[in-house]
Amino acid sequence: MAREVEAEVVLRLCGITKRFGPLLANDAISFDLRRGEVVALLGENGAGKTTLMNILFGHYTADEGTVEVFGRPLPPGQPRAALMAGVGMVHQHFTLADNMTVLENILIGTRPILSLRLDMRAARARVARLAADFGLAVDPGARVGTLSVGERQRVEILKALYRDARILILDEPTAVLTPQETAALFETLRKAVTLGLSVIFISHKLGEVMAISSRVLVLRHGRLAGEVATADTDRHRLAEMMVGAEITQPKLAERAPGPALLTLSAVHTPRRGNAPGLRGVSLGLHAGQITGLAGVSGNGQAALAALIGGLEAPVRGGMELHGLVPADWSPRAALAAGIARIPEDRHRTGSIADLSLTENAVLESYADAPYSRKGWMNWPEAEAFARRIIKTYDVRCPGPRVPIRLLSGGNMQKLILGRALAAGPRIILANQPVRGLDIGAVTFVHAELVAARHRGAAVLLISEDLDEVMALSDVIHVIYEGQLSPAFPRGSMSPAELGIWMAGDGFEGAVDAA
Amino acid sequence: MELFDILLSASFWAAAVRIASPLIFATLGELICERAGVLNLGIEGIMVIGAFAGWMAVYLGAGLWAGVFVAMLAGMAFGLLHATLTVPFGLSQHVVGLGVTLLATATAAFAYRLSLPEVTSPPRIEPFQPWPIPGLADIPLIGPALFAQTPLTYLAFALIAVVSVVLYRTPLGLALRAAGENPASVEAQGLSVTALRMGAVIVGSGLMAVGGAFLTMSAFSSFFFEMVNGRGWICIALVVFGAWRPGKAALGALLFAAFDAGQVRLQQTPIGAYVPYQVFLMVPYLLSILALELMSRRAEVPAALMVPFNKGER
Repeated sequence: MAREVEAEVVLRLCGITKRFGPLLANDAISFDLRRGEVVALLGENGAGKTTLMNILFGHYTADEGTVEVFGRPLPPGQPRAALMAGVGMVHQHFTLADNMTVLENILIGTRPILSLRLDMRAARARVARLAADFGLAVDPGARVGTLSVGERQRVEILKALYRDARILILDEPTAVLTPQETAALFETLRKAVTLGLSVIFISHKLGEVMAISSRVLVLRHGRLAGEVATADTDRHRLAEMMVGAEITQPKLAERAPGPALLTLSAVHTPRRGNAPGLRGVSLGLHAGQITGLAGVSGNGQAALAALIGGLEAPVRGGMELHGLVPADWSPRAALAAGIARIPEDRHRTGSIADLSLTENAVLESYADAPYSRKGWMNWPEAEAFARRIIKTYDVRCPGPRVPIRLLSGGNMQKLILGRALAAGPRIILANQPVRGLDIGAVTFVHAELVAARHRGAAVLLISEDLDEVMALSDVIHVIYEGQLSPAFPRGSMSPAELGIWMAGDGFEGAVDAA
Repeated sequence: MELFDILLSASFWAAAVRIASPLIFATLGELICERAGVLNLGIEGIMVIGAFAGWMAVYLGAGLWAGVFVAMLAGMAFGLLHATLTVPFGLSQHVVGLGVTLLATATAAFAYRLSLPEVTSPPRIEPFQPWPIPGLADIPLIGPALFAQTPLTYLAFALIAVVSVVLYRTPLGLALRAAGENPASVEAQGLSVTALRMGAVIVGSGLMAVGGAFLTMSAFSSFFFEMVNGRGWICIALVVFGAWRPGKAALGALLFAAFDAGQVRLQQTPIGAYVPYQVFLMVPYLLSILALELMSRRAEVPAALMVPFNKGER
């Protein structure tokens, strides 16, 4: 440890402050990064981590404060200057052109723009060497659009390494990875560190922060809330620093599952664009049970959600609702059958941005009494309903008449949750219900789902966050390329074992059998 | 039988290549804009202003090449207007494009009336003459078609290669294509999306104007208001037809030109006595729609076409 303290400072942030209107996103943040260390930047969504890194990389300009790289001040607001100084950033949302090859993506902007030649052969050799040195296997000639998310991330890292980055910033790099891919990423980062690079690892996942970092900086509400050596702390203390209070895990009381309310047997649905359809999915959603669906994004979660939500009908296979085969299948039929939906994308499918809270609250029930009669809307009734949701679910808003786009993600989600749960549904489809929410809102949504379970609803929880699925589910299925794994009872599988299924191993036999 | 005779006549092929030339200029111009992510619907008007400016410059005493240069500058000026409104301001590319077309067309009409207030029929200029290439021009069929054209036609065909090489073999082309696929990928690599896109629109508009100038300075020798006559819109379709690739788009231009040259000749055959000539006029457009439908099924549109890019927005 003593050697690390002596290592040179490669990056120094001094008093960085950034405001977005009235919001103070970063409040006088200062820290040093030394050669050969991994510093974790830990904080909830909205704590200001990404803003800080975007300032460092020149996407944003700080209102106050300076950035020094290798002792030289970095001119603000110029990604090019940051790249030249040796800062490489792996963005949370990849900045890759899907229709171009890996090599082309890596080469953009690496040669003077008006030079006449682009030596693809030399570039390919250099990429191959870097890939070998850092354990980043990827085919340089492949079109990025055909790569898996893990491979795309490797391309992003290669982009930085190709430009001789000495400081790597990774923004929530593990959000989209399987546990195995995460392990491989950590291996790469350890290699980078031994080669003298420095890493800033942005995350809100405590386990990963403990595993990879040597030092942790905790951000809370835009402020540096603490700085500790990883060896001197543990997950609980980090969580407290991050939230500022003790956090409670939802508790699932033992209870025997009730009857199956929705049953799928060997259902197939068509492919939609790049999204796989379902291939022979059999599933039972039981009363009083939360069924978790784990899997890497884009493996058929959308198809399953579309099927249960009534947007898609099975082309083959059977479906039973409350023991009956539905005569026709549409979103309206799904609603009528008591299926409540919490859509994956609250902005695009969960709400209509420019409509008011009231209008959004009755989107699923506007045609029914008491919100309308004989084709006329009863707005006072609708507004009263919106007010009830606002009160019960603690939706922070200026009132029911403002457009819903003015609400923060968490409050928008609470309104959608209220809309879905108001009628006491028997079946709840919760697709990524806490994505992008802060811990307070997450706890609230989880508690509501658990409460629904207690009153006997069948809940399907779809999430890309394995920790979330494992914490809440009575049984877990893994989805891969539109196929479903067997049901794993709570506690019967470790994250690593589920990760193997998420990577697709174990499914081949299932296909042959089907 | 008649069709066969037409296909074997050198004059038909020479006409096809000539008719294709302005389309090639303008199609390449539009392709550059769209590859960078900007749909340039100003093309029709920019061709009109190019046709007018080049012709007017020569009428006022400039040399032919100077006239081409003036046409290009006029196109680039309107390109700058289009780029400023669509790139840094991020306005609707449809609305701005149509506005630029209307403005450029009206500017040409206005300038025409200002400079020639008393004239009933537009004055003629001495246009580009064919430059037969010694030796090659004597090859039967191919010679007159390809090697006895005006220098602007040679320039058009040379530009196909130039644009291909720049797009696929240089850092500039790589950055340009990336700006049309995912501007964030360009921004993250330290380049300016705004500069790339504006540059592409300005240069592309310059090419469109040269395409227009071809009409007054090479194909005909005078300026008429209706002479561009929808060629700009055809070029937009040709870019799609060519799946945003210069070679294929130019091939599409040749195909369209061949239909056009063919229908004129078909009118003069015995069939023309029975079928109204308007039907023949329709043929190239009908065939183009058909070809477009067949060719563009698997085309890959630049992913960020018509998507404005705002720095720092997520």
